[in-house]
Amino acid sequence: MGFFWFHAALFFVLLASGGFIVYLIKQAKWVYRVSNWILFAGFLLHTVFLAYRYYMLGTAPVLNLKSALSFFSWTIVLAYLILQVRFRLMVLGSFVAPFAAVLMIVSSTLPLVEGPVSPVFKSLWLTVHVSTIFFGDGLFVITFLSAIMYLIQERQIKLKRLGSFYQRLPSLATLDAINYHSLIYGFLFLTIGMVTGSMYAQTALGSYWQWDPKEVLSLISWLFYAALLHQRLAVGWQGRRSAIMSIVCFGVLIFTFVGVSLLMGGYHSFSSMGAR
Amino acid sequence: MSAMLKIIDIGMNHETAPVELRECLGGDDDHTRKALALMRNLDVVREGLFLSTCNRVEALFVVDEADAAKESVISLMAELGGVHIQDLAPCLYALEQMDAVRHVFNVASSLDSMVVGEPQILGQIKEAYALATREKTSGVILNRLMHRAFHVAKRVRSETEICGSAVSISYAAVELAKKIFHVLEGKQILLVGAGEMAELAARHLLTNGVSSLTVANRTFERAVQVARNFNGRAVSFEEIDCELLNADIVITSTASKDYVITQGQVKKCLKKRRNRPLFFIDIAVPRDVQPEVHDLTSVYLYDIDDLKGVVALNMAQRKEEAVKAGRIVEEEVGKFEKWLKTLAVVPTIVSLRDKAESIIQAEFVKSRSVLDQLTPTQHEAVETLARSIVEKMLNDPIVFLKGRAGRSSLNTYLDLTKRLFRLNGMEAEGAGKGEHGD
Repeated sequence: MGFFWFHAALFFVLLASGGFIVYLIKQAKWVYRVSNWILFAGFLLHTVFLAYRYYMLGTAPVLNLKSALSFFSWTIVLAYLILQVRFRLMVLGSFVAPFAAVLMIVSSTLPLVEGPVSPVFKSLWLTVHVSTIFFGDGLFVITFLSAIMYLIQERQIKLKRLGSFYQRLPSLATLDAINYHSLIYGFLFLTIGMVTGSMYAQTALGSYWQWDPKEVLSLISWLFYAALLHQRLAVGWQGRRSAIMSIVCFGVLIFTFVGVSLLMGGYHSFSSMGAR
Repeated sequence: MSAMLKIIDIGMNHETAPVELRECLGGDDDHTRKALALMRNLDVVREGLFLSTCNRVEALFVVDEADAAKESVISLMAELGGVHIQDLAPCLYALEQMDAVRHVFNVASSLDSMVVGEPQILGQIKEAYALATREKTSGVILNRLMHRAFHVAKRVRSETEICGSAVSISYAAVELAKKIFHVLEGKQILLVGAGEMAELAARHLLTNGVSSLTVANRTFERAVQVARNFNGRAVSFEEIDCELLNADIVITSTASKDYVITQGQVKKCLKKRRNRPLFFIDIAVPRDVQPEVHDLTSVYLYDIDDLKGVVALNMAQRKEEAVKAGRIVEEEVGKFEKWLKTLAVVPTIVSLRDKAESIIQAEFVKSRSVLDQLTPTQHEAVETLARSIVEKMLNDPIVFLKGRAGRSSLNTYLDLTKRLFRLNGMEAEGAGKGEHGD
């Protein structure tokens, strides 16, 4: 029953992605507006699905890769919808919606392996820890996508070939502003997520820090983002350099997210979560 | 009679007349008012409108007799501008009927402008028309024509992209600046050298929100002079290094043979600028800014050829749009022509209705003694009855005549109608109403 909501949400997000791509080509504003509403509808359905899962499991539905990816795509759309209130950047949807849709498709193809949930996960700490981290990650996706858009647009202006993408993409200043704002808030949420995570570890496992591979890699990606933020704020990096750096940072982040959970051990890995 | 009315447009634009001549005829509202007053004094001119902008002068009028009117309007224009007819005449074009209509539509939609797609012209035409209505020189035909022209302009604007893309080098520069800075409010321009082109580009940037402008020139006096035009600040040539720290957009147009701004010079200031983007527009030939400047991070250098390239790209796109716009204009010219032709039937229809009305009145007078005995309600009912019978009788012939409008057989039918209903005695009166009713 629960997965009906997920599939309905996936359908809407795919439809919205299609719409956003049509908008990118045809540049008709109504297509954008309709797609935005469809995406919002998909987001609401996804919310229903997550709420249902939360209710069934008694904790945030993030204990395996399938659920984590689904939750991740939800936070990406959430970050997009919130940023859209401020920036109204129509072309952003054409990048964000397909990204979220791909994650949801990957999630839907993964098999559902679910044992009973260990009591240690049924904690509000876990929910706070995971949702702040994921929301931060969602914002970093926007940082990453706006960096890519920036580099495309900058390249067109540099090469003096002002093609159709030049018309469709927003100005360099706008892209840089989105990159900056999503970076700042993403970093804030990542930090909160890591702090609450260590507090959760203290209450559940009796120690703030255990050199778990995920903890170490999270710290590394946190340092990467901290360095980027420092360069932006103190040294005055902007534009191309910070765009490239945010792409590098995002690479580290994704490795932390997927790599550790699948390849390395530790109590953050999904296999250990099923086992406990 | 109204079939003989002609719409005529006599004028000159940036292509046919040099600027000195356009200046003589251009002017403020008073000038236009004077032109309209002169036009009204000409017996041959039924309706008139006068438009003068810095790029064109147009006298649009409706007359009975084309040739005589043309001559008097041309001499009127010569008188107005204080120039000899011999000097003026070769620069003028005179268009009649549908050619004139097409021309008015083209002008209003900015298809005939020096910078095609520029938006000001529509406002200027609207003003000219408002003045003509205030001065009561505009009548049925011009009213209709001008309203259609506004409609065409609106259609061209909304249905084609002709107004959307950069149309000249300075527009292209503004568009590029917007793609880099998004908004130009609060940005600073540094003008190095002071050519006409550079000033034009600077003016465009200023109208788009750029807040402050600094001028550097080899001769300081000239810098001061230009700076005063733009409400800006003048600096000496040696201060350019310092100014590069604050500027966002640099426009260069000196006559110098060597580079005025080198890569090293720009590179030095980048760090202090905290990597804020810097946009160079180099309009000078030979170039003022070393091309390698473009290789620096967050620095963009466009020279005159690059900008021409951008314009050419837009031009190609605009050709397609121009075809679309042309089609819209043709469509509307066709509609207007159709309307104009129905005008020819109007006098006959009016006299037909007048005759019916006078018959009703006469019959009422005859039967007054009987009718006076009726209550007001009954009286009203009888009147309504009589009128609707007449109305229904006349309806089919009127529809038939309107349907014939514009066909060669029209005159035969008009003639037949006049004879059938014996309208000849009233024709003159009817025709007068048909043409002058507002």
